[in-house]
Amino acid sequence: MTDEPKPSRRAFLAGTAAAGAGLVATAATAQTADPLITEVQDWASVFGDPVDATPYGMPIEFESHVVRRNVEWLTESTASSINFTPIHALEGTITPQGCAFERHHSGAITLSKQDYRLMINGLVEKPLIFTFEDLLRFPRQISIAFCECAANGGMEWGGAQLEGCQFTQGMIHNMEYTGVMLRDLLAEAGVKPEGKWVYVEGADASSNGRSIPLEKALDDVMVAFFANGEALRKEHGYPVRLVVPGWEGNMWVKWLRRISVYDQAVESREETSKYTDMMPDGRARKWTWVMDAKSVITQPSPQAPIRHGAGPLVITGLAWSGNGRITRVDISTDGGNSWTPARITGEARSKALTRFHHDMTWDGSEMFIMSRAVDETGYVQPTKQALREIRGTNNVYHNNGIQVWWVRADGEVENVEIA
Amino acid sequence: TPAVAEPLGLGRPALPEEIAAWDATVLPDGTGLPEGSGDVLTGEDVFGANCASCHGEFAEGLDSWPVLAGGDGTLTDPRPVKTIGSYWPYLSTVYDYVHRSMPFGQAQTLSVDDTYAITAFLLYSNGLVEDDFTLTKDNFATIVMPNAEGFYPDDRAETEYPLFRVEPCMADCRPAPPEVTKRASELNVTPRDGDGKPAGTLPPLTAASETAPA
Repeated sequence: MTDEPKPSRRAFLAGTAAAGAGLVATAATAQTADPLITEVQDWASVFGDPVDATPYGMPIEFESHVVRRNVEWLTESTASSINFTPIHALEGTITPQGCAFERHHSGAITLSKQDYRLMINGLVEKPLIFTFEDLLRFPRQISIAFCECAANGGMEWGGAQLEGCQFTQGMIHNMEYTGVMLRDLLAEAGVKPEGKWVYVEGADASSNGRSIPLEKALDDVMVAFFANGEALRKEHGYPVRLVVPGWEGNMWVKWLRRISVYDQAVESREETSKYTDMMPDGRARKWTWVMDAKSVITQPSPQAPIRHGAGPLVITGLAWSGNGRITRVDISTDGGNSWTPARITGEARSKALTRFHHDMTWDGSEMFIMSRAVDETGYVQPTKQALREIRGTNNVYHNNGIQVWWVRADGEVENVEIA
Repeated sequence: TPAVAEPLGLGRPALPEEIAAWDATVLPDGTGLPEGSGDVLTGEDVFGANCASCHGEFAEGLDSWPVLAGGDGTLTDPRPVKTIGSYWPYLSTVYDYVHRSMPFGQAQTLSVDDTYAITAFLLYSNGLVEDDFTLTKDNFATIVMPNAEGFYPDDRAETEYPLFRVEPCMADCRPAPPEVTKRASELNVTPRDGDGKPAGTLPPLTAASETAPA
């Protein structure tokens, strides 16, 4: 035996026969016995990989399509750019860290725990420096939250542009974080009464400084070290990032190095030039921190066509809201003429990705499928058109409009807008 | 707001030189500005040496690198040109961002005076000062950017939430059958797999699916 898997004669024959059997119909009506069952397969006879083969594993090769993807023309430099989570291929709610999207403004930096320092200064009683070891001694909390880029779906403001929910809704990830509450760190320094804003910046060249009102900073903002059970990935801010539940991803400052308390907002580049939202009168909203209720059907979708023919069909998707819990997701298969509530599968946590399913029988005719999220404030996810009537088409950020997929009779799925 | 916890005595005092090294932030009212100055002509030289390879000799932007000047009065155009002069509300942000994060790939290499000079040059490029202008810590706060009043805090709670927090239609919601108005496939700008499908398309699981009737 060698380590290199080679296709055996038996496997080759089995594959050919299986393809032939499939042409007839499904296994239930197969006329010839399936050799994958009637013949002993290699994996049922000889050894698989030993336990010392893979100290830290990667997905099996057959899942090689489940990776982050870049869209080259979106940005001038890949060091200040975005890639996309393969949400079309994922289930449940937890995003595997290895394919969770990245957004950097000057690249993913390498910062060791030994070199790490966190400063708290400004309007505090006692400006402080913490080492990573210090941070590990504060009481810890756990929080599951979605991080959605403010620009998620931004390319779709003017029309239907990219083909696949990975590209149109995939600037998002959802992880279980462990860290310490920002309010506990601030308590150590002692915020002065005139302190109203917290400015946070990263250790990278872009710094990504953002202003956060003190009320939010003292509420649920976390300084996180662990995500999905292990240290943060380098590209997600190792060893320390900010988690700002419900708020736009830009504020989730990575490689966090300084927290400064001020009496006013800094109005940094990332909250003036960027992350401000142009309105039709030429003025712009600023400080649009919260990400509103949103959803998308992840399958079927342009990268997940229906290949199994008519009959039972699982519609699966994600819903989320920065304003609290998702209470309902409605599904339409007729372009929004009629709607049916989907099932929430698992828990609908506040400010976290929530999975929904809708099981239906597809008759093989074309469909316009849509999902519509409702959150605990009673907010109903709007259509893109309803948003554009208020905001125009140059908002850039905060596109939470309802996505329409056109399911063709051949099972192929397109990103469309409908009237 | 939850009660603030009792201090644990962790961390150590930050020294003044450490704070000075890391807190270079400049606020809209000029808080945080260091002593220094720079004029337009010096700024033109420093910009030419450090910035023009991406942003152009006149801050007009090369290729698709950001445009730093121009675009006045375009904010209601179909494709607005958002620059320092046409869009940015505060000069403090220019100084602060350039000083800390530019040049791209070699950040934090500009001196205080260089940054004042570049900021003066960017004001000139945007037609906001004459070519003999000198920017200093003392006159900095007198500069009012053209779009200073162009922003307002998030008002979705007033302008959107009341409209969208209503029971939605569940049946007979459309006056007419849906009609496709936009198709992403017609733009054809999505990365593709070898077979022409959108990149990352799930692989077929049975050969049968290729030929099975719908």
